[in-house]
Amino acid sequence: MSFLTYLINGLSLGSIYAIIALGYTMVYGIAKMLNFAHGDFIMVGCYIIFSVSAALSGNSLVGIVIAVVLCTLLGITTEFIAYRPLRGAASPLAVLITAIGVSYLLENVALLIFGADIKSFTSVIKWEGLSFAGGELKIQGVTVITILVSLVILIALQLFINKTKQGQAMLAVAEDKGAATLMGINVNKTIMLTFAIGSALAAIAGALLCSAYPSLSPYTGAMPGIKAFVAAVLGGIGSVPGAMIGGLVLGIVEILSKTYISSQLSDAIVFGILVVVLLVKPTGILGKVIQEKV
Amino acid sequence: MKKFKKVISSLMASALVVSMLAGCTDAASTETTDAQAQPAQEASSSSDNGATFKIGAIGPLTGGAAAYGNAVCNAAELAVEDINAAGGINGYQVEYNKEDDELNAEKSVNAYNTLKDWGMQILVGSTTSACSIAVSEYTKADNMFQLTPSGSAEECVTYDNVFRVCFSDPNQGIASAQYIADHNLATKIGIIYDSSDVYSNGIYQKFAEEAKNKNLEIVSAEAFTQDNNTDFSVQLQKAKDAGADLVFLPIYYKDASLILTQANTMGYAPTFFGVDGMDGILTVENFDTKLAEGVMLLTPFAADATDDLTVNFVKKYEEKYGETPNQFAADAYDAVFIIKQAIEAKGATPDMSTADLCEALKTAMTEIEAAGLTSSKMTWDASGEPNKEPKAVVIKDGAYVSAE
Repeated sequence: MSFLTYLINGLSLGSIYAIIALGYTMVYGIAKMLNFAHGDFIMVGCYIIFSVSAALSGNSLVGIVIAVVLCTLLGITTEFIAYRPLRGAASPLAVLITAIGVSYLLENVALLIFGADIKSFTSVIKWEGLSFAGGELKIQGVTVITILVSLVILIALQLFINKTKQGQAMLAVAEDKGAATLMGINVNKTIMLTFAIGSALAAIAGALLCSAYPSLSPYTGAMPGIKAFVAAVLGGIGSVPGAMIGGLVLGIVEILSKTYISSQLSDAIVFGILVVVLLVKPTGILGKVIQEKV
Repeated sequence: MKKFKKVISSLMASALVVSMLAGCTDAASTETTDAQAQPAQEASSSSDNGATFKIGAIGPLTGGAAAYGNAVCNAAELAVEDINAAGGINGYQVEYNKEDDELNAEKSVNAYNTLKDWGMQILVGSTTSACSIAVSEYTKADNMFQLTPSGSAEECVTYDNVFRVCFSDPNQGIASAQYIADHNLATKIGIIYDSSDVYSNGIYQKFAEEAKNKNLEIVSAEAFTQDNNTDFSVQLQKAKDAGADLVFLPIYYKDASLILTQANTMGYAPTFFGVDGMDGILTVENFDTKLAEGVMLLTPFAADATDDLTVNFVKKYEEKYGETPNQFAADAYDAVFIIKQAIEAKGATPDMSTADLCEALKTAMTEIEAAGLTSSKMTWDASGEPNKEPKAVVIKDGAYVSAE
């Protein structure tokens, strides 16, 4: 019975990683860049929801909508100002370093505006959740909703990418930017759209992250962002279903290693997994092997 | 890592507040002969030369930790006024001065030098640990007596001229175990601590040692780190499965607020017992204070206590400064009265040199038994650590109430 409880706890942590990893992997899959500021977009989303809810005396739904809109704008702006000019840079490192810079910029601006004190986030999910075996086993409402939302996003993204013209354009850009341009695809616009979607997902992930773990500070997004990155790599970075699986596996591994091995070693184990995956199967669980053509 | 920095800075802040209260008498040379001392005493009793003890205090009066520094400096001022109104120390009036250190160790040293130029003989401070440690290098060199009300880091009292009023960080672990055992709060105890933080780790170690002596059974001791402080479900579940009826939280209120929320979600309601890092849990923005109902924390002072000393102090403090005094204020008020008692024990006079006064007070501190707001019986040994009965408060209806 207690094993089941721990498994469910792992599931709820994993579902959060999964929903963050979706945004990560989406941007990587198309734009081929790691947006290390993704975790901080999440934090920005949380602060927007928190502020709007406070201003509208607890109306979190409006908060989420506004957060999605503003995060989308933030994503587009960041891409336009910080990433686009570097896309042609000689080293792919330039844009990676810039992403880290954006991450610190966002954290410190939040620190300036909201201060270092933590704020307690009111859950946007009012539902208590499911209860089994006479209350012995509980699955929190936020866990169920997070998994459902992740699935909906997963399906919607798959449909969008595979069935729409814009989605096909994204695939083309992902495959070969030069060739896509020759085919009449506006690469800049396509990548901007990718960032818009990724950042909107960050706002939704933020709402769920802070509902599950209701403590909001400028560094709220940093660590979950990095863990979600590990999850994305584990699942196969660039693969949307892979991010979902990677997130769930990572959450369960983290909780079970905390439980049965050591509460202090769990992070070492989680990041150890990253190393092992990169050594054994660098493309991750669902990642595609891309053949270099000569 | 960043959180760690924040924690450090708040620790530093609290340390600063502490060091403000000690001053050293800067009277005539220490090697005064009887003949010299005699006239001085006569003079002062006839109030001719107007000799006074000069006590200075240092703390962060501006900036993020201003609440601590102002509490210390205000309470020290109040204590000096009370002493003067009652005829002073050994018949000599006391002069008081304070300086701002902005929670910065270098500025704390500057503040100390400014006070020394003014003629300070005894220092009460600094308020926070890091500043107190910085200043103690200078008081040691000058051999000036320093009593920090609230510098809780172990290193604050490294030198023999420095004493403190509050418990040191690790000693809060011992005090908590004693309190829990003496009041039969629990038989099975779970602990959740931050293994990446010196403060939390130190308290945990001492608590575990003392719990063994007191026959308290620790059924689960689970750690977390600053990089892994969002999900506490495992730590709580383990405590619950082990049947812990009290969970000891030697951590800061930031992490504690998440633990309380998650315990509530999983329907686990043991007694939660914290230390001074828990102080602030009620100030978390948007936090549902109902979740903190029944949480206990070790603190030397509760403003609602009904003994005459506390009632008078709180009333006077509120009248003069318009706010309810906190534990920093209580520590500082006690510090000034402890200095008074130590001076009286040795019959010291303001015309003694700072160093002589320091030597006299160092000995006096190990001999006196003080009573004050923070304890009815405080003694010190030469290490500078206080020995006193631990006190705790419980959160009731969103406010601290004495647990007694």
